Amino acid sequence: MILAKTGNEALAYAMKQINPDVVAAYPITPSTEIVQIFAQYVSDGKVDSEFVAVESEHSAMAACIGSAASGCRTMTATASQGLMLMHEMLFIAGGLRLPIVMPIASRSVSSPLNIHGDHSDSLASRDSGWLQFFCETVQEGYDTLIQCVKIAERTSLPAICAVDGFILSHCMERIETFEDKPVREFIGKYKPNWNLLDIKKPILVGPATMQDYFFEFKRSQIEGMNKALPIIEEVQAEFKQKFGRGYGVIEEYRCEDAEAVVLLMGSACGTMREAVDEMRNQGKKVGMVKLRVFRPLPHQVLAESLAKFKTVAVMDRADTVNAWGGALFTEISSVLYDSPTRPKMLSYVYGLGGKEFSLADAAAVLEQAHAGKKEDLVTYIGVR
Amino acid sequence: MARLKDLCQNPELFSSGHRACAGCGEALAVRQILLAAPQPVVGIMPTGCTEIFSSIYPHAAWQIPMIHTAFETAASTASGVVAAYNFHKRQGNIKDDVKFIAFAGDGGTYDIGFQAISGALERRHKFLYVCTDNEGYMNTGIQRSSATPYGAHTTTSPAGSVIPGKTMPRKDLMEIVIAHSPAYAAQTTIALWNDLVTKVGKALAADGPSFLNVLVPCPLGWQHPGNLTIEMSRLAADTCFWPIYEWENGRYKVNYEPKEKKPVEAFMKPQGRFSHLFKGDAGKAIIDEAQRQIDAQWALLHKRQEAFGAA
Repeated sequence: MILAKTGNEALAYAMKQINPDVVAAYPITPSTEIVQIFAQYVSDGKVDSEFVAVESEHSAMAACIGSAASGCRTMTATASQGLMLMHEMLFIAGGLRLPIVMPIASRSVSSPLNIHGDHSDSLASRDSGWLQFFCETVQEGYDTLIQCVKIAERTSLPAICAVDGFILSHCMERIETFEDKPVREFIGKYKPNWNLLDIKKPILVGPATMQDYFFEFKRSQIEGMNKALPIIEEVQAEFKQKFGRGYGVIEEYRCEDAEAVVLLMGSACGTMREAVDEMRNQGKKVGMVKLRVFRPLPHQVLAESLAKFKTVAVMDRADTVNAWGGALFTEISSVLYDSPTRPKMLSYVYGLGGKEFSLADAAAVLEQAHAGKKEDLVTYIGVR
Repeated sequence: MARLKDLCQNPELFSSGHRACAGCGEALAVRQILLAAPQPVVGIMPTGCTEIFSSIYPHAAWQIPMIHTAFETAASTASGVVAAYNFHKRQGNIKDDVKFIAFAGDGGTYDIGFQAISGALERRHKFLYVCTDNEGYMNTGIQRSSATPYGAHTTTSPAGSVIPGKTMPRKDLMEIVIAHSPAYAAQTTIALWNDLVTKVGKALAADGPSFLNVLVPCPLGWQHPGNLTIEMSRLAADTCFWPIYEWENGRYKVNYEPKEKKPVEAFMKPQGRFSHLFKGDAGKAIIDEAQRQIDAQWALLHKRQEAFGAA
């Protein structure tokens, strides 16, 4: 069915179709609507879910962990400060290998307070053991959230599905939705690996470990993340087969014979596509690499893709405040270090706190990438 | 009235071999509560003494399903577990009538988990929250909590040449819990085992959230010999330092009236954490003030019993 929906509406609609067993959530701009639309579905009997309107995001994630450990398909939604407040619990969800699924309307992190879109919240959570997907459009957000349920459960890893705050969460787009039945067929029935509420087989969830076992637990969690990529590709293929829309872990846009590319994530990819088209019209051999899956970092896929270009400009919508730019830049640079050919790397930070990222900005990045050089180590786009 | 003869027939759901200190009051509380609780029971616990001494991988003292997540999350994790149970129950996945008990210390309850317990009580999740109150952060090495009593020495309210230990009275957690109108709330201590097991029964039968504040002496933090744990618990009740009462349907009931109300010195004297108060006039003044607070609290509780008691 073709519908006009904002990002938040589309994500809430996907949640309705997923029909999770338990949702524990707390509102925060710009993801509030996901929670309130879902609450209305609960009140109207459109879903079978238990909805717990908790008193904070910390409690939201703690309740999600309790629920997921008790054999329930569990979801929540948040952004920004909410994700920051959850931070401690994100690691516990990851360590317990609980497949909780969480849409995020990515937003800056205070201070100063700002409610608008950037990737600071998700990227600050990058070491917490969650799968992370960044979406370019509302359609991709809807599709990815449905995929996330299957991927999380098949990998026993929690999953974040991020759409850019306001830019996607509040913008209406024409999207193609599926009927409830095929969505539920696609995700299937949840079969937990273990269940706290299995009274006949009492288990202890979340023991303390000492020096003798902690590292082994972490190593096995890391192995779970190592093995996630082929599972993601498998689920994306199943999704394409069932619904006709395909996604890769990265997407190369007009990269054939390109000399320079720009790598980025999220909604700005749409702007960059336009800019690439214009440059191509001028005969300049430039392209775009969109990174859709940030965790696990598809390092081999990236190395194979990027090593063939002369220049790679990496654009971060968050800064690590390490005086060397964003997380994406440092990670992508590391990915390419051992490649037989090493592209020239350019670092850009853009769009913090919802700062406009225009077509002209995108074109300027492409021009510099095409030239293969720039003056400053990190370029902060559009900062006065 | 429960009978020991009957209780000791029940299976030990908190098994021996755990790592609690000799004379640990908290371990005794957990054992007594699980002996009294109708089965099946699922447990939730935050990070703290109980978690550390019961659950170091690959060992576990629990014979019931148990989940631990973080320090401030006993009530919030319990909220999710109970929501999951309600879902399974509604779907017919679970037939048993399962009870849920969260075991948290005073750090996880009075302080860092305070918001979570308020939220869980307001949302009316049906579970029993047990605060095993040993009046300090004993797991991290005896720091003050908002349950630490007036005048006590801890490592973050140390008795020094200028400041004589903790200068503020404890937080009245029971009144705060009662302000949420739970299905049942009570305070007790391990020496009065029959009172404790009776309250566990009432709390788990209540239709909604219930709360037990159980005083558990800590030989390490209170600095008394481990063989005096039960004695300290009894003296807390006999001095009215720790009133034994319950709240149900808006009514207060004092469950234990000491035959002879002992002076607070009787409770304080054997404990190293109060020893600085027995060394001069300044200490005497603090003991007198502690006594005044206890008397006022005891009188207020009786006024409440009178005003809101059984019709």
